[in-house]
Amino acid sequence: MVPLSYYLVLSGILFACGVTGFLIKRNIITIFMSIELMLNGVNLSFVAFAAHWQNLAGQVFVFFVMVVAAAEAAVGLAIIIAVYRTRETLNVDQVNLLKL
Amino acid sequence: MLNIHLILFLAFGAIAVAGAVNLLVQRHPINSALSLIAVMAALAGEYLLLGAEFVAAVQVIVYAGAIMVLFVFVIMLLNAGVEEQTSGSRVAFIFGIPGMLLGSLLVAWVVLRHSGTEAVWPGALPGAPKTIGPLLFHEFLLPFEVTSILILIAIMGAVVLASKPTTPGGGPRQKVQD
Repeated sequence: MVPLSYYLVLSGILFACGVTGFLIKRNIITIFMSIELMLNGVNLSFVAFAAHWQNLAGQVFVFFVMVVAAAEAAVGLAIIIAVYRTRETLNVDQVNLLKL
Repeated sequence: MLNIHLILFLAFGAIAVAGAVNLLVQRHPINSALSLIAVMAALAGEYLLLGAEFVAAVQVIVYAGAIMVLFVFVIMLLNAGVEEQTSGSRVAFIFGIPGMLLGSLLVAWVVLRHSGTEAVWPGALPGAPKTIGPLLFHEFLLPFEVTSILILIAIMGAVVLASKPTTPGGGPRQKVQD
């Protein structure tokens, strides 16, 4: 048996790593991967709480989070391709204009 | 008290944390993507420890399979190179790192202190597809259908955004000059 808090600490560490990557990374694709890492950290706490409270709804919610992440990845990567096509860079520091 | 469940939890957790840190340290996006796949595989192991078999399978198939393939595909399509090194802001180093350490210590202390005795037993809540399915198609039927529409919109949006942009005249759009 593993205390619930261990799962929550692991989940928090993964989320913190995601936030850090989101803040310090300069490559737009890596920033996007950090967002996926944050979603994974939250999913772990969902499943741990589902087991703790004996409620399967938590696992169903993880399924929904994954569906939303898949949709987000599809649209986000398409946006990255569109940005790269007009700017020819993946560095977020150089993507600072809204106009074409 | 060190039992096999705890050992497996620590092993998978160590892999997950190592992968997450490696994602931050690596400068090439493809290395970060492969570390993220390792994190997701380790998390699938954690889900299996918690008895969430369906979630573990979906994690491997959808996350580590579909989504990460999409990421790797885009990295290769755009021929993404090594990330440029930029000097971080000094304020972030002075306040950010101590703040982050303090915050994580505080959270760890609170969590360990106040719920250290409540244990999660392995397989306490069997999340096999047979038990998830009725829940998904009865209680959560409306959200399930809404997500199908969401996926449809996402597919159309991705196709529209990633297709070659054309100006009304028919020629390709001009590149930005800066």
